[in-house]
Amino acid sequence: MAILGFLESGGGHAVSRNAREVGDSSPFVLTGLMAWIKALGPYRWASNRLRDRGMSGRTAVISVPYLWLLLFFLVPFLIVLKISFSDIRLGMPPYEPFVTWASAHVMDLKFNFGNYAFLWEDALYRNAYANSIMTAGFSTILCLLIGYPMAYGIARSKPSWRNLLLLLVMLPFWTSFLLRVYAWIGILKNNGLINNLLMSMGVIDEPIVMLQTNFAVYLGIVYSYLPFMVLPLYTAIEKLDLTLLEAAADLGCRPTKAFFKITIPLTKGGIVAGSMLVFIPAVGEFVIPALLGGPGSLMIGRVLWEEFFNNRSWPIASAVAIAMLILLVFPIWILQRVQGREMGAHR
Amino acid sequence: MANARQDHRSEPWKDPGATPYVRIDKVTKKFGDFVAVDDVTLNIYRGEIFCLLGGSGCGKTTLLRMMAGFEAPTAGSISLDGVDITAMPPYERPVNMMFQSYALFPHMTVQKNVAFGLHQDKLPKSEIDARVAEMLKLVRMEQFASRAPHQLSGGQRQRVALARSLVKRPKLLLLDEPLAALDKKLREHTQFELINIQETLGVTFVVVTHDQEEAMTLASRIGVMNHSEIVQVGTPADIYEYPGSRFVADFIGSVNMFEGRLIEDEPYYVRVESADLGGVFHVSHGVSAAPNATVWVALRPEKIHILRDRPDGEGDNRVAGVVTEIAYLGDQSIYFVRLAGGRLVRVTQPNILRQSGGGRISWDEQVWLSWDSSSPVVVTQ
Repeated sequence: MAILGFLESGGGHAVSRNAREVGDSSPFVLTGLMAWIKALGPYRWASNRLRDRGMSGRTAVISVPYLWLLLFFLVPFLIVLKISFSDIRLGMPPYEPFVTWASAHVMDLKFNFGNYAFLWEDALYRNAYANSIMTAGFSTILCLLIGYPMAYGIARSKPSWRNLLLLLVMLPFWTSFLLRVYAWIGILKNNGLINNLLMSMGVIDEPIVMLQTNFAVYLGIVYSYLPFMVLPLYTAIEKLDLTLLEAAADLGCRPTKAFFKITIPLTKGGIVAGSMLVFIPAVGEFVIPALLGGPGSLMIGRVLWEEFFNNRSWPIASAVAIAMLILLVFPIWILQRVQGREMGAHR
Repeated sequence: MANARQDHRSEPWKDPGATPYVRIDKVTKKFGDFVAVDDVTLNIYRGEIFCLLGGSGCGKTTLLRMMAGFEAPTAGSISLDGVDITAMPPYERPVNMMFQSYALFPHMTVQKNVAFGLHQDKLPKSEIDARVAEMLKLVRMEQFASRAPHQLSGGQRQRVALARSLVKRPKLLLLDEPLAALDKKLREHTQFELINIQETLGVTFVVVTHDQEEAMTLASRIGVMNHSEIVQVGTPADIYEYPGSRFVADFIGSVNMFEGRLIEDEPYYVRVESADLGGVFHVSHGVSAAPNATVWVALRPEKIHILRDRPDGEGDNRVAGVVTEIAYLGDQSIYFVRLAGGRLVRVTQPNILRQSGGGRISWDEQVWLSWDSSSPVVVTQ
């Protein structure tokens, strides 16, 4: 209540008055406190110094996300990068220090590209990368093929239905991702739901092996990431001006052709965004191949986990992670370029 | 060749032998329980600029969309140039539409937008290029061919939309509020440009508008719509001078409407006693109504003379009042005159002379209003 009151105290006196009526004077205490702090010499001194350097309240607000990125993305990234350049050793931490002091004034940085060379030389890693990208790419295409009609259907349904349908798309998120993947084990395993049902109906005599196959991995990824495809597609399709399709028809364009000439190009932003949202996490996916996949479905997330926990090779694991990041930066860069162009086109 | 001005003179709608180009026959459109267009029958002739005029929700846009093929009539038929197009899908009709929002494809350049329709007909590239260039020249947009729609102004977009809808040489061009998105100056200019283009190409236009001034300027004939029905069809002058009902008289221009009682009914004149007016209208046309029936007399503000002195002689078509309001508009002035019975009458007078101060009628002056017996129109509904 106190924080709420503080936030609302800037919004108008009506709120404060209501607060007083219910006997809570904290907004006044807080605004009073703020005024008192503002009147203090050091506060004025600090704010004046900051203003001299071109910093104002706006800078403070903008700096929050930057600070967040700095602390939770850039710093960990640099740590991982550092580890990827060192050698494995027994002990804690299990890698050689990156910075050593040759003397009191001479800093010695040890760049060891051996880990990256190792990744390149060992077919296991190359295959894992190739397999990850293939699996993620194929899953993305499947998500797009299933998600586009879904999103189209929702966007063209009656407005009163749309929110309900979107809610249904998002409903699985209310259960833990891990639990949902576990649930698929129960459905797919040899004495699981599907096989038992088919055998009791007499369709098959012995169970179809589905668990621990690539099929199960694709199923898991498509199932888990489909909402990430549907939501941006829905937004893009819903925004599409239907008069444009009428104009196309009026100019002699049949509906199917108009779909490819008008609808698809104008929802490209949604297609790219949805594909990236599926593709990027799917490349590094660990849980789904680990739980549903067999020994053949070697994906980079799993390799990374095994390097880190089974081999206890932090440097190799870090190198695997950095290499994956570099692989993923490229598609993200494409995404940003396309989105930037979209923004320009609709300004 | 057919063109609007010649058609104004030839007036094919007056010739019972003329074949209508567009024949809308007893068309009804229902959306659920709501009747958007109610049993409309309408003939439009080749080379006309026909305006469908009405307030919002009167069904004019629905009627237009049925001609385009975006809505299917619940009942009735539409034929174009002798061919029944009622069930024909929009992409097969020789009809093009200019949308109110222009509906330019945002991901295509001006050139590609205009060429889109021709590409659907699988024409050779050289012909497409030539026709697009010719069309862009006609609407004076040739130097903007490689621009994207979002780089154009509203007026430029309007011209591209016009070029795109005309490039396929449709038999019928439908225009949905073509000038609504333009500002006043540009709108006036564009009205005449539209007429010129229509005359050059000889295409039949059907224009939907809620703006009576736009309809008066553009149209060879106007169809006034109200409550899903066509209430009157006629040339702009017919509609203005001989409104058939109170609605039409009121909707087109401004009018003073007096309720009255028919006291004398002869073939060539009628006399209407109006308590509102506090006098008698002598109108030089006959009406078909029972004696003593309640009728309405419509009198246009510009057809009333405003005088300081009592007009000579005795008789009808004159009444005294006091000036309560004056609006000076430059080219004309509007006077609001209160009659003895309390009724306000609107009178407009052109400011022919540059008068200053004393010459002009002023507030609270006692004045006389009079009009010619050919000026009022008696309507019975």
